[in-house]
Amino acid sequence: MSTPETLLRIDDVEVEYRARGRGAVRAVAGVSLDVAPGQIVGLVGESGCGKSSLARVAVGLAAPSAGTIRFAGRPVTPLGWRRRADDEVGLQMVFQNPYASLNPRRTIGDQLLDGVPGQLGGAARRGRVADLLDRVGMPATAADRYPHQFSGGQRQRLAIARALAPEPRMIIADEPVTALDASSQAQVVNLLVGLVRELDMGMLFISHDLALVHEIADVTAVMYLGKIVETAPTRELWRAPRHPYTRALIDAVPQISATPTLPKPLAGEVPDPSNAPTGCRFRPRCPHAFDPCGTQPPTVDLGGRSAACWLTDPTVAPATAAAS
Amino acid sequence: MALLDVENLAVALPGPRGPLPILHGVSLRVDEGELVGIAGESGCGKSLTAQSLLGLLPPGAKVTGSARFAGTELLGLDARGWQRVRGAGIAMVFQDPTAALHPMLTVGRQLTEHMRVHLRMDRRAANRRAVELLDQVRIPDPERAVRAYPHQFSGGMRQRVAIAIALAARPRLLIADEPTTALDVTVQAGILALLDRLRAETGLAVAFITHDLGVLSSLTTRGYVFYAGRVVETGPTGALLTAPRHPYTAALLGARPHGTQAVGTLRPIPGGPPAPGEAPPGCPFQPRCGYAEPSCGTAPPPLEPVGPDRSAACVVRPHLEVLV
Ligand SMILES: Nc1ncnc2c1ncn2[C@@H]1O[C@H](COP(=O)(O)OP(=O)(O)OP(=O)(O)O)[C@@H](O)[C@H]1O
Ligand SMILES: Nc1ncnc2c1ncn2[C@@H]1O[C@H](COP(=O)(O)OP(=O)(O)OP(=O)(O)O)[C@@H](O)[C@H]1O
Ligand code: SF4
Ligand code: SF4
Ligand SMILES: [Mg+2]
Ligand SMILES: [Mg+2]
Repeated sequence: MSTPETLLRIDDVEVEYRARGRGAVRAVAGVSLDVAPGQIVGLVGESGCGKSSLARVAVGLAAPSAGTIRFAGRPVTPLGWRRRADDEVGLQMVFQNPYASLNPRRTIGDQLLDGVPGQLGGAARRGRVADLLDRVGMPATAADRYPHQFSGGQRQRLAIARALAPEPRMIIADEPVTALDASSQAQVVNLLVGLVRELDMGMLFISHDLALVHEIADVTAVMYLGKIVETAPTRELWRAPRHPYTRALIDAVPQISATPTLPKPLAGEVPDPSNAPTGCRFRPRCPHAFDPCGTQPPTVDLGGRSAACWLTDPTVAPATAAAS
Repeated sequence: MALLDVENLAVALPGPRGPLPILHGVSLRVDEGELVGIAGESGCGKSLTAQSLLGLLPPGAKVTGSARFAGTELLGLDARGWQRVRGAGIAMVFQDPTAALHPMLTVGRQLTEHMRVHLRMDRRAANRRAVELLDQVRIPDPERAVRAYPHQFSGGMRQRVAIAIALAARPRLLIADEPTTALDVTVQAGILALLDRLRAETGLAVAFITHDLGVLSSLTTRGYVFYAGRVVETGPTGALLTAPRHPYTAALLGARPHGTQAVGTLRPIPGGPPAPGEAPPGCPFQPRCGYAEPSCGTAPPPLEPVGPDRSAACVVRPHLEVLV
């Protein structure tokens, strides 16, 4: 059961796709994750590891094949986006591609009003739209324009205004700034973080940009091939990663320095989830793989953080091997 | 020695009310075997610069200035001239690998076609080299990969295949337009390592376009920062990014996640770059610049030497403190 401290609770969730001719693809293979009010949880991992699949079931756009999702203590059930119960509009999503959430043929104002709850009179409605636009740093005149009349960064802000319209308590943002350049990224991210702090919302921030997540998330979860391999307070994760995959991700972030230094590539290819390796899923690419890794490592509590790697188990790990 | 020498390149594209100036007197140089970076916000003219070097500008574009490749003037070439340059001199890798790959043809066919046309190789020699090239870009099992179709590869592998195709005709200069922007850091690290290896092994020169300053720093030795169709600063990448001399370079650096700031305090550059044809009369960065003085408003500042092999286009040249 959810404690009052938990806003969104994802418990042992699995997502399976049945692709024609390929059998079942288990894109999410048992993930648990909590988000508290006022907390930003970052979710990072390579392309195809299952981040969007998890986001879609967490927000109720699709049903998980196993496990449960609870929002504010109540189960999230996919009812179709348009017919959701009033208390479920408290959970909103911002997509990577703002075109996915903005209709090109309708004005921004009309689309914002779709999300405004209850019946308001004409003047009050216009006031509400102006408020929402102001929140995301856009002029009230934007209401009468169409999505294509805005730049990528501006469109993403409008999509955020759209998500804020029903006054949500929790936002799931799936790669909200991946398509933007650094300055527009910073504008949109500051906006999101400011809203979370100001309105005491919860946010699950999905990205494959580790540097960005490092900057804003209170807690970071690292996902690899359908499973969360490490979760820790962001600063600790960055300073002392306990899982070799987390270490590889951090090493691959290009850094600015006075002399060119290439980031370290990770060996091997991202495996196909329909054909996941046995034992530890990272084993074929792991520089530290050793005997016990033929068995799936359990997720172990390491005191305020957790990891799923045999190296963290002192009873089996060789003394010399360490993830960091 | 300069392999590519661009001087005063200006490009105007047809607009609703007459030609819209987009590039304003861009000068840049790439030496043999050199890795050069080009950076700047979205819309600043990076891709258009690349397109003018390959004769790929949209119809109706007006071009002035000069661009010499290995001594040959490129601007004003006829169709056959461009074909020769694109065949064996300059090759390009695009941001979206699917744009460069034909979905219905095997990877081997796409690789060998190029070699048979431009290098007049026979089928057997071309096949052998196709396998070699795929091996060079670290595609596993290249003998099998030549018979595969693009959709059978992951995003990172497709981008490496696109690089192999660009290299097929043995170019001396590779223009890579954001080839890793859509990829994960781990896959990106592999592609950066590949380009660096090709430079070391074959003397390939690379002009690498990106808006990620971390990528610029880790791969390239010299860099150009573009703003609103102009080069505003250039120099050895290490110095450029650790001790910038132009307020725009400093502001771009400031907008990146640093991992050293308090949570949620990215520093975006206020506002956005001017739309083509709407730049203010003086320094194009003036409306967003924290160091602007009245003297900035008269004319766009010229690029002037500010140190060994370094230039900046700023009349004030403030003392810049940057956190890197
Ligand atoms: N509708 C679908 N049918 C079948 N397979 C799917 C479907 N959607 C996703 N997948 C597969 O599930 C896996 C996880 O996909 P998902 O989109 O969740 O990844 P992601 O982590 O969001 O990746 P990215 O960073 O590229 O967005 C991938 O292997 C993908 O090919
Ligand atoms: N075919 C075109 N017709 C009209 N304007 C164009 C065309 N292509 C580009 N432009 C304009 O020229 C300017 C420079 O575009 P360019 O594509 O070179 O930018 P960029 O620096 O590559 O940006 P990005 O980082 O988004 O790829 C932009 O303002 C763009 O809107
Ligand atoms: S369990 Fe073994 S293979 Fe998996 S990450 Fe840890 S050391 Fe590597
Ligand atoms: S010339 Fe003036 S406005 Fe332009 S960058 Fe320098 S200080 Fe700023
Ligand atoms: Mg996704
Ligand atoms: Mg471009």
